[in-house]
Amino acid sequence: MNHKITLKIALLVLTGIFASACQTTQTEDILVDPATDGQGQTDGSIAGQDGSTDSSTLDGGSDPNLIPITDDAMSAQEMLDQMDTPLANRIVYFDFDSAKISDESLDLLELHGNFVASNGDVSLRLEGHTDERGSREYNISLGDRRAQSVRRVFLLLGASTDQLDTVSYGEEQAALPGHEEAAWSKNRRVELIYNVN
Amino acid sequence: MKQFFQYLIISLLWLSSASVQAALTIEITSGAEAALPIAVVPFDTSKLPGKLSVDIASIVTSDLNRSGVLKVLESKSLPSQPYYSNQVRYAQWKAAGQEYLVVGRIFEKSSGQYDIQFQLLDVLKQKQLIGYSLPAKKRNLRASAHEISDLIYEKITGTRGAFNTRIAYIRAQQDKGRKYILQVADTDGFNAQTVLESDQPLMSPSWSPDGQSLAYVSFENNRPEIFIQHLATARRIKISGFKGVNSAPDWSPDGKNLALVLSKDGSSDVYIMNTATKRLTRLTRHRGIDTEPVWIDKGKRIIFTSDRSGSPQLYEIDIKGGKPRRLTFEGRYNSAASISPDGRNIAMVHGERGEYKIAQLERETGNLTVLTDSTLDESPSFSPNGKMVLYASTRGDNGVLYVVSVDGRSKHRLSDQTGDVREPVWGPYKRKQ
Repeated sequence: MNHKITLKIALLVLTGIFASACQTTQTEDILVDPATDGQGQTDGSIAGQDGSTDSSTLDGGSDPNLIPITDDAMSAQEMLDQMDTPLANRIVYFDFDSAKISDESLDLLELHGNFVASNGDVSLRLEGHTDERGSREYNISLGDRRAQSVRRVFLLLGASTDQLDTVSYGEEQAALPGHEEAAWSKNRRVELIYNVN
Repeated sequence: MKQFFQYLIISLLWLSSASVQAALTIEITSGAEAALPIAVVPFDTSKLPGKLSVDIASIVTSDLNRSGVLKVLESKSLPSQPYYSNQVRYAQWKAAGQEYLVVGRIFEKSSGQYDIQFQLLDVLKQKQLIGYSLPAKKRNLRASAHEISDLIYEKITGTRGAFNTRIAYIRAQQDKGRKYILQVADTDGFNAQTVLESDQPLMSPSWSPDGQSLAYVSFENNRPEIFIQHLATARRIKISGFKGVNSAPDWSPDGKNLALVLSKDGSSDVYIMNTATKRLTRLTRHRGIDTEPVWIDKGKRIIFTSDRSGSPQLYEIDIKGGKPRRLTFEGRYNSAASISPDGRNIAMVHGERGEYKIAQLERETGNLTVLTDSTLDESPSFSPNGKMVLYASTRGDNGVLYVVSVDGRSKHRLSDQTGDVREPVWGPYKRKQ
């Protein structure tokens, strides 16, 4: 539990600093100051959220606080090949023009992050994608920003920099065709592509 | 990384005649009310030994209609078919409501070598405005027709024509897997030639100021990298392959530098690279996204897109550095600037309430005019004479190209049968031979 709160706070601080780049200087002052940040929005609300999300929101009764570890009988590759575990879910989704990681995505990324951190032979390519709206160049940079957000989570969870590679495809490789929110929401994503060395 | 390379198929097909299968054709979507009436009579080809594969008068007709300034009389309404000015009965053309008349004829001087003669006549003054004889090789007949259009357009409007120039764009095709093709074509979409073909995305073509080379982004190594390719020789080099984003190249007016976007130092920022020495200068420094640099004011300044205020907007910065100045305030989303040749106007993607249209900003007054009326328009690019804007839009599941006049009154589609066309860029004037 402690670990999870720390992660969320660390992320809030990071996204806060990041968001400050895009918003007013007023926000910047608040979020860059670690003291304000800690007692401000995060402490109380996060703990409350945690209590409710932990047990209820994950599919299949998996507890995100349980860290998957490699046992002698199963290699990292074998664990990845299992299709019925949360590790088989390798896409996180984003809001329009946003690289903010949702609570739901954070739960999934924690599973993957812990797995990567405890398996040094595993490397991960993070592919950032956007929906088709707006200019293609901007979307390349937005996809990059999304992949970088996911990378930061993994680094916080103890993955090493040489395990992680990021690339952005912008709007060039849509997961679904179509020009409406149903397709767009599936195209705003980061895909986790594993490689076992 | 190695496993990615096995998928890589790159072929250089510049000037391959087999690549013409995917021609674009013109479809008029809306014409201008106040356009000047002009008649273009089919040129006399009766002196030729065989049939000509190219219809000069119909190419000229299509060009002039696309300008939005001129409106060509439909061929079924022509009162007669003169080929020389001395065969013209002016009263007839005046009665048909025409102000201008074009007549012409084609001769073969030797095998595959033609002589095209044309005259532009003023119907009211009953006299010739211009008349020329153009030598043309068989394979250059379309270019000669566009040159005739340019001469007519310039004589009537006083503005240099831009029909005899080239456009570049990316075509995506579904053919045994996805294919991305960088093509160059005439401004009417014909005569398409493939510059590069890849099974990984190609993006962001940018013309060198001399029209001899293209810079573009290729994902052939499974990440966005910038290449420069000389068109005639197909010689290409990777100019930028840093970690992270390498995108949005734009050639400086003197052809010596590229403005580009890199994220190697964190977030996406604008840099300038000397193409000969590859020396980099960082221009912007911000945690937000800075992208889509375009040169303006003869290379003294750069306009770029940044979301530093919370949503993408256009900014201007001196290339020596300093604080960027925000240019756009109307609309939540303004990006992808293209600069008119005189530097006075900026075309952009303008997003409001989830709809993306092409708009034009007058720099001096800050007035914004929306030019298009669909919902997913992108990649505007000015013609070299500043009178038209080429852009991409979506029709069904396909990307299509349109040309809109800068007054917004005339819009034409370059329609395409075989796929998804996007990111058009209008090339510079051809150099005089």
